[in-house]
Amino acid sequence: MASEGDRRADPEVERRSRLLGGLRLEGEGARGVAIALLSTAVFIAVVIVAVTQSAGWPEVRRTFFDWHDISSSFPDIARAFVLNVKIFLVCEVFILILALIVAVVRSLPGPVFFPLRALATIYVDLARGVPTILVIALLGFGAPALQLTGVPRSRVFWAGVGLILVYGGYVAEVYRAGIDSVHPSQEAAARSLGLTRFQALRSVILPQAIRRVIPPLLNDFIGLQKDTALVGTLGVVEAFNQSQIDTNATFTYGSYLAAAFLFVALTIPLARFTDWLIARDRRKRQAAGGFA
Amino acid sequence: MRRFAAAALALLVVALAAACGSVKKTTSTSGAASFSCAKSDLNLVSSGKLTVGTDNPAYPPWFGGTPHSPWKVSDPRSGKGFESAVAYAVAKKLGFTNDEVTWTHVPFNTSYAPGSKSFDFDINEISYTPARAKQVAFSDSYYDVNQAVVVNKGTSIAKVTTVAGLKPYELGAQLGTTSYDYIQKTIKPSKKPSVFPSNAGAVQALKNKQIDGLVVDLPTAFYVTAVQVPNSLILGQFPTQPGGEHFGLVFAKGNSLVRCVNQALAKLRSDGTLKQLQQQWLAKATGAPILK
Repeated sequence: MASEGDRRADPEVERRSRLLGGLRLEGEGARGVAIALLSTAVFIAVVIVAVTQSAGWPEVRRTFFDWHDISSSFPDIARAFVLNVKIFLVCEVFILILALIVAVVRSLPGPVFFPLRALATIYVDLARGVPTILVIALLGFGAPALQLTGVPRSRVFWAGVGLILVYGGYVAEVYRAGIDSVHPSQEAAARSLGLTRFQALRSVILPQAIRRVIPPLLNDFIGLQKDTALVGTLGVVEAFNQSQIDTNATFTYGSYLAAAFLFVALTIPLARFTDWLIARDRRKRQAAGGFA
Repeated sequence: MRRFAAAALALLVVALAAACGSVKKTTSTSGAASFSCAKSDLNLVSSGKLTVGTDNPAYPPWFGGTPHSPWKVSDPRSGKGFESAVAYAVAKKLGFTNDEVTWTHVPFNTSYAPGSKSFDFDINEISYTPARAKQVAFSDSYYDVNQAVVVNKGTSIAKVTTVAGLKPYELGAQLGTTSYDYIQKTIKPSKKPSVFPSNAGAVQALKNKQIDGLVVDLPTAFYVTAVQVPNSLILGQFPTQPGGEHFGLVFAKGNSLVRCVNQALAKLRSDGTLKQLQQQWLAKATGAPILK
């Protein structure tokens, strides 16, 4: 389906195609690859020499790169990391739902819906404006301090609520961009076929809008994975907090590297998956429309 | 174009190699041959001044006095509170007047960060452990410390009288203290303990009953119950560990100043000053029941 909206080039896709293409265009085949490899090798060698020759290197090596230090802290951090994974998996579901509702509300036309639109706008402003770490601290220590019956005391719960609220704001804007990118003629066409406004939204606009914003959605998902480390500020022992415990016990930083490795091991596959989705989407569009 | 790239690459390599070559290797200051503790011979970050670090806020009973900016809760410059008094006593023995002592804010986790230090020594209830002593220099003990557990009055944990009795409860400690270590290795609770990056967070969680008990050093426990958490009590102190636990002043690794400070501390111990300061500032912090 080569809709009107599809014709607007996705800047992300364009940027990537230029980036990947650049390597092959300039180097003229095998020779280009050889030069690329050589320059990469030289570059890495120079960086390694520069770092290891620096005055502070022996101290940095002792405090950051002690293998025993890294490996001995790894099992505890990996166990704590399970909590990070649980938090982001659960939060992501709620974020996607909340953000979609907010985005739809913000896109409602007509003066009748002004209060709702205003409310959604204020929420998005606040969610994106207040630093995540503050939201988590305020909810995690503040909400249970009310001592209301039925209000959970769990810090993981409130940290989760904080993450959902903050990321809900970001993701709502991503959705809204997607909704706005669907040409108004799509809705007009759907309505002229007898669909109600809600039906048009559900079966015509949102499917197109969401498909278009999957890459930026996954981008926020990756951000969320990393921000689960902020839950540690409430005293919950997740991966970052555990690595801090190890660091403070030994005054060395190998445990930070172990924690970083775990986060990267999780985000890199997702980043590659996002790339693959973008590439697939581009191929599909080119095949369908023959334009680009 | 290609020739230009190759030339640029070559230039880069040469430039970086030159840069590396010019990096000065710092020679380690052993200073073992001539050892003098005369004021003019001391290895100081700012000559003629003794720069002492501690965290901000500086809490009683370790620090006292009315807070003046930038210090919160208390003022290390007052000479009041145990650690402030010890720092000034050490300074006096080294030949400094009170005016020649300057205080600087050193968050706990920067006290051991690699690289040059902003302080001559840091006094911040830092427990000596062999692992930590590999990364920084510790002075001899200025206070032998016991850990204690603080709970809310009227909760079920408040009836516990033994260390083993603490097992089923959710305990918390402050990040960077040996209290967490004690919980993990000696109490071995069935619920995952919490670790708070700040005293404020730990105290709030105890107030909110988000944790059942907070493990802190005994003098801090007295401050928590007296000031920070109304309706809390010290359940008891833990039996002294084999070898005991003590606080030491923290120095940059290899700083020759440690030997002079140790001499000063030895004099303060033998002439009864340390004991007298302890009675003056920590007298209340002795009478907690010992958990069996």
